[in-house]
Amino acid sequence: MSALAEILMQASFWAAAVRIASPLILATMGELICERAGVLNLGIEGIMVAGAFTGWFTVYLGFGLWTGVLVALLTGMAFGLLHGTLVVPFGLSQHVVGLGITLLATSAAYFAYRVALPEVTSPPRIVPFPPLPVPGLSRLPVLGEALFSQTALTYLAFASVLATSVVLFRTPLGLALRAVGENPAAVEAQGLPVIGLRMGAVVAGSGLMAVGGAFLTLSAFSSFFFEMVNGRGWICIALVVFGAWMPGKALVGALLFGAFDALQIRLQQAPLGREVPYQVFLMLPYILSILALVLMSRRAGVPAALMVPWRKGER
Amino acid sequence: MRLEPVADPGLVRRIGLPALALVLTALAGAGLAAIAGADPLATLGQIATGAAGSRFAILETLNRATPLIFTGLAVAVAFRARLWNIGAEAQLYAGALVTVLIGTGLAGGWALALPKPALLALMALAAVAAGALVLLGPVILKTRAGVDEVVTTLLLNFVVLLFISLLLEGPLKDPAGMGWPKSPPLDRAARLPRIVEGLRLHWGFGLALIAAVAVWVIQTRTTLGFEMRAVGRNAAAARFAGMPVNRVLVRTALLSGGLAALAGFSEVAGLKGNLTLDLSPGYGYTGIIVAMLALLHPLGVVVAAVFVAGVFVGADAMSRSAGVPTYIADLLLATALLFMVLALQLTRFRVVRG
Repeated sequence: MSALAEILMQASFWAAAVRIASPLILATMGELICERAGVLNLGIEGIMVAGAFTGWFTVYLGFGLWTGVLVALLTGMAFGLLHGTLVVPFGLSQHVVGLGITLLATSAAYFAYRVALPEVTSPPRIVPFPPLPVPGLSRLPVLGEALFSQTALTYLAFASVLATSVVLFRTPLGLALRAVGENPAAVEAQGLPVIGLRMGAVVAGSGLMAVGGAFLTLSAFSSFFFEMVNGRGWICIALVVFGAWMPGKALVGALLFGAFDALQIRLQQAPLGREVPYQVFLMLPYILSILALVLMSRRAGVPAALMVPWRKGER
Repeated sequence: MRLEPVADPGLVRRIGLPALALVLTALAGAGLAAIAGADPLATLGQIATGAAGSRFAILETLNRATPLIFTGLAVAVAFRARLWNIGAEAQLYAGALVTVLIGTGLAGGWALALPKPALLALMALAAVAAGALVLLGPVILKTRAGVDEVVTTLLLNFVVLLFISLLLEGPLKDPAGMGWPKSPPLDRAARLPRIVEGLRLHWGFGLALIAAVAVWVIQTRTTLGFEMRAVGRNAAAARFAGMPVNRVLVRTALLSGGLAALAGFSEVAGLKGNLTLDLSPGYGYTGIIVAMLALLHPLGVVVAAVFVAGVFVGADAMSRSAGVPTYIADLLLATALLFMVLALQLTRFRVVRG
């Protein structure tokens, strides 16, 4: 118990928690925007892989880090456009298309990686985003290192929560987006473009997912390797449910998840933890996500028209 | 633009559009080969000959198709009832695990003393039970607590794989395995025989064909099959008509999980002879593609599985000679899937302006 308390007191632990949460926050906001507009995006896992690859590859070719982020964003938006076109105007199964997009984006990234770098055995590294301490605030005890000594992309992740929240709940556009996820026929009756709104949400959301993927290569691991996303996209889908489709609550969920993941990494190294097979610790994040889903499932908040295709003129 | 239902799609629509989807996929393949710096037509040709150009190639393709038939059936059965089982990978490994526990004698030596047919049947049934159990959890969470099964089955894949990894580095580790995380080999009595002595194709393939016919009979000739389709078409209407929707979903899950687990049984007992972490290169996920290409029809699953297996086997052979990365196979299948679902939608709806 004292070992646990000791870990929880460390500033480096909380810094790690926020770092682990950052890609999840970005991708969760992306998924949340899609689902609020009534579209489940199971392409998230593959879009994160594609974003991680194109972001990294851009920087590897000698362009700047922010150019990498921009390319990742555009990659995500392109896959979002494909997903959106198939499920919104054409009304195809969101489950099937989403899984297809995940397979397409993942294998496209792996294929491109192998074509571009046929000979390499160890993944080449790039110089990642450096930590960017906020003057003054970064010297606060514990919180300073956790919140104000992170890389630019972590700040961007927090900004994305604020932006998502403001747009969804404080602007006419957000009202229309939420309405299109609840009652598209009513939005149609208002003379607003249902298809355009849903497409826009999917494209923008997918862009955010890809930036979340790019966090992994541009801010965390410095290189691209296969299986690096490793189910993070699916965890984000669970986080959206956990957060009851609210940006702030989803942020809390992602931070809790990050803290838990940082904790299990440290417990693995603790004297008692070494007795336990490491796989048990690696399982915990997935089990925790399932438990969170079970606990939150009874709560309201599901957009009423989520996964319901809409055809013009239909009531 | 908007979609307008086509009252009576003609033959041109019903055959032509899916055919067009396959042609466009082949074109995409040619484009990808060109991107990788290879001759597009030669690459496609090498994939085709690699998949079906010799007796060895054909047998290899059928071997690779075997687990895909099982996982494809598992997905087709579930999706038909709108039960989104994305966890066939986990169910496959659960089946493989139980097969190894019985077939190596780790679960008790008495089983190995059984006559061979009884032993094989016991292993298969135990595998079915294990796979069914793995899917039962998410389905009970769905029917009792309203938890979305897409995410739970997906996340369980990771949990089950880590659990297998734990066992393979612990109690299940082969002492004679030079430190590799693999299980001891199955007893000779627990191996599925070859269909023709001397050829690599094993009875797992025969079992897969039987399973496909069995699923087809269940779906078209039994009450359960009727109920599964009714629940899939409109769960609220089925409930209103007095159908026990939750019970139908649970039975669907048992069938689906069991079928996926048979892929694990067949791979271990028919092909590999032991359990490793690379037993399945994603057969559970590929099963989704197989099922969709087959339009969720159980007999179509056999055809689709052979096609998909051919793409994988052909791409492996092509990659060795032409140097185009094997990931072209996954890319082609993803493309085929998306083109195919779009083509099918366009057989039922036409695009009109306004």
